[in-house]
Amino acid sequence: MKTFRIGGVHPAENKLSAGKAIETLALPKQAVFPLSQHIGAPATALVKKGDAVKVGTKIAEAGGFVSAAIFSSVSGKVNKVDAIVDASGYRKPAIFIDVEGDEWEESIDRSTTLVKECNLKPEEIVAKIKDAGVVGMGGACFPTHVKLSPPPGCKAECVIINAVECEPYLTADHQLMLEKADEILVGVSILMKAVNVTKGYIGIENNKPDAIKLMTEKAAQYPNIEIVPLKVQYPQGGEKQLIDAVIRRQVPAPPAIPINVGAVVQNVGTAYAVYEAVQKNKPLFERIVTVTGKSVKNPSNFLTRMGTPMSQLIEAAGGLPEDTGKVIGGGPMMGKALLNIEVPICKGSSGVLIMNDKEAARAAENPCIRCAKCVSVCPMGLEPFLLATLSAKKDWERVEKEDVMSCIECGSCQFTCPSHRYLLDYIRLGKGTVGGIIRARNAKK
Amino acid sequence: MDLILIAVISLGAIGLISAVILYAASKKFAVYEDPRIAQVAEVLPQANCGGCGFPGCAGFAGACVKAADSGSLEGLLCPGGGASCMEKIASILGMEAVASEPKIAVVRCNGSCENRPRIAKYDGAQSCAIAHTTSGGETACTFGCLGCGDCVAACKFDAIHMNPETGLPEVDEDKCTACGACVKACPRFIIEIRPKGKNNRRMVVMCVNKDKGAIANKACKVSCIGCGKCVKVCPFEAITLENNLAYIDPAKCKSCRKCEPECPKGAIHAINFPPRKPKAEAPVADAAPKAAPAPKAEAPKAEA
Repeated sequence: MKTFRIGGVHPAENKLSAGKAIETLALPKQAVFPLSQHIGAPATALVKKGDAVKVGTKIAEAGGFVSAAIFSSVSGKVNKVDAIVDASGYRKPAIFIDVEGDEWEESIDRSTTLVKECNLKPEEIVAKIKDAGVVGMGGACFPTHVKLSPPPGCKAECVIINAVECEPYLTADHQLMLEKADEILVGVSILMKAVNVTKGYIGIENNKPDAIKLMTEKAAQYPNIEIVPLKVQYPQGGEKQLIDAVIRRQVPAPPAIPINVGAVVQNVGTAYAVYEAVQKNKPLFERIVTVTGKSVKNPSNFLTRMGTPMSQLIEAAGGLPEDTGKVIGGGPMMGKALLNIEVPICKGSSGVLIMNDKEAARAAENPCIRCAKCVSVCPMGLEPFLLATLSAKKDWERVEKEDVMSCIECGSCQFTCPSHRYLLDYIRLGKGTVGGIIRARNAKK
Repeated sequence: MDLILIAVISLGAIGLISAVILYAASKKFAVYEDPRIAQVAEVLPQANCGGCGFPGCAGFAGACVKAADSGSLEGLLCPGGGASCMEKIASILGMEAVASEPKIAVVRCNGSCENRPRIAKYDGAQSCAIAHTTSGGETACTFGCLGCGDCVAACKFDAIHMNPETGLPEVDEDKCTACGACVKACPRFIIEIRPKGKNNRRMVVMCVNKDKGAIANKACKVSCIGCGKCVKVCPFEAITLENNLAYIDPAKCKSCRKCEPECPKGAIHAINFPPRKPKAEAPVADAAPKAAPAPKAEAPKAEA
C-alpha cells in the first residue's frame, strides 16, 4: 500500500459520522459572508444596504488575481456591510443578508441529471471556474483558477485529487464520494482538460473501503482516471505528501510549488464544485460540513449554505453538549478553536468538531527530553524541536536557515511530543516572522 | 648535555623569530582606535539594551566620539544612564551636555480582570506574540493587553512586572530607563515612551482600543469609546481623536487635568498627581513650577 515516505503519524480516526447520509440544513435567518474567505486579497463588496439578492447572485468580486468572488447562498435583502467577529476574535468586514424565501438565479441548472459532455476550451473552463468563485475546499482555500494557470515554464503532467481526508473525525469528503461519485469523476475530467493533461489520480485512504470500491467501479468508464488506495497516515492530505504518495515525486523546498514537479492537486470537494460550476452554472455557495464530537448526540454531515452560523449546525446535530471544552473549526489536527460559535460557515469550513473537557485539556509543558520523536514524524524532514527553540529565542536568521518556510503546520510534532511542548505554536510564530522578513527583503529588491 | 643545549638554542631561535614577526605584524596591521571610545564606554551602563538606537554600548560610545568631533552631542542619549551619564560623557569629550527630557514607558491599558470580562480561555504558549497571532485574546477587546508578559521578558532593567491581581504589567518608575525594549516586544503596541512630565506628573489615555464606541464599551469598563468629550474640553488642543481613540500629545499637554473628570469611562489617568480636593473647582489650570520641587515618589498612581 502506498503512502508518503517521510514521517507521519496515525491519530485515532474517530470517524463518528461515517456513513451518515448528507442532510440538507434548513436556511438560516440571516446569512453572513466574510469578504476574506480565501488565501489572497479580500474580495470587494458589490452590494450595499437594502439591495435585493437571489441565491447565486455575485455579492463580492475578486480583489486581485489571487482572490475569489463571493456569491450569496440565500435570497433576501442586504442588511448591512459591517464587521463580524471572526473565528479568532478579530473583526473582519462581512456582508449580512436577511433571508426572505428561496429564490434562485435563473441561470443555475437545478436539475439532478448528470451532464457529462463538456465542449469548452481549457481557457473557457478556467474562466468559468474563476467566475464561480471556486477555491480549494480542503481548508486552505487557495483560489482554484490560480492553480489551474501554471506559471510560464511549468507544464502540468497529471491531476491528483485529494480524497484522503486524513484529518480524524471529518467525513464530509467520504460521504460526498459515496453520494456524488459520477459528478466528481466528471469534475476530475474537466480539471484534466483545463490543464491539458491525460492522466488523473484520485488518492483515497483505505479506511474508506466503500468509497474506494464505488469510485473504482465508476471510474472504469474513464480510462485516464486511476483510483489509488493509500495507507492511512496523517498528513497525507498535504499537497506535497499526496504527490509523494501517489506519483513518488518530491516537491523541493519553497518557493517551489507542486507544478514544478508537474502535479496539480485538487480536493475532491473542489472537483465537485468544479462540476457544478462548469456544467450546472452553479457558483460555490454551499458545501458539506461534518458536525461531530464524542459528546455530540447526532454526529452528521450537512449540506449547508455558506453564511449559516455554526451554532445552527450544532443545534441541528443535537445541541451543544454540557461538557464542551472547545469548539473547533475544521479537524482536530489543523483546525482552530473558535472564540465564538456564531461565526458563519465559509468556503473552507470542512467541519465543526466539539471536544469535551477531557479531550480539550492541554497537558502541562515539560522540558524537552531529546527523544527526537518530533524529528522522526515531521513529514517535511525538519527538526521541530530546534525550530521551536530558535523561534522562542527570536534567532530569526537561523530559523530561516533551518527551513522554517517548508513547515506545513500539520501539527504532527506537537501531537507526538511526550513532553507536550508547544512546538507548533512557536514554529508558527517563527514562520510568520520569517515570512514577513522574506517579503520585506523581496520588496526592497 | 648536548641534547639540552640544542633544544634550548633551537626553541630560543624559534621564539626570537616569532617575536620579530609578531612585532612587525602588530606595527604593520595596527588599527587605530580613538582612546576616548574606551573611556566613554567605561561610563556607560554596559547593559547593551539598544535603547539609544545603536548596536550596544560600544556602538553608542563610538557614535558619541564621532558626534563630538563634528561639534555637538545633540540627539544622542543613553536612556539607561540618563542625564548624569551624558554629563560624564560630555566631560570626557570636553563638550557640553545637551539636556534632554526624561522619559518613561507607559502601559496604555487598564483592562484588569475586573474591568474586562473574560469571554474565552487561552491555553497556548505563554507568549504575547503567539497569543496575538492565534486569537483576539481572552476578552472581547482585541487591542488590549494579552498578559503573557513579553514586555517583562524583554526588560533588561527589571523595571516592568506583571501585577498578578490586575493581570497587567506595571512599570517601576525608578528603574525604567525608557530604552524602548518593551515597546518593541509588545505585539499590540500598547506601551509608549512618553516624557515623564513636570514633577513626574503626566496625563495619559489608558486605552488603545480603536473599535467603535458601542463595541469598545461592551468589551471593557474603562475603554476609550471615542466620544470626543476630552477633545472639546482641552484648552490647549492637545487631544486628538483618531479611529475612535483619543490621544494626548505630551508636547502640547499642560497637565491642567480638565479632561480627566470629563471622560465618562475613566480612561484618562492623571499619573502622580496629588488627589483632588473634595470640591474640585478645576482652577489648577497649570501645575506650573511655582509649586516648588514637590515630593514625588509617595504620590500614589491616581485611579480615576
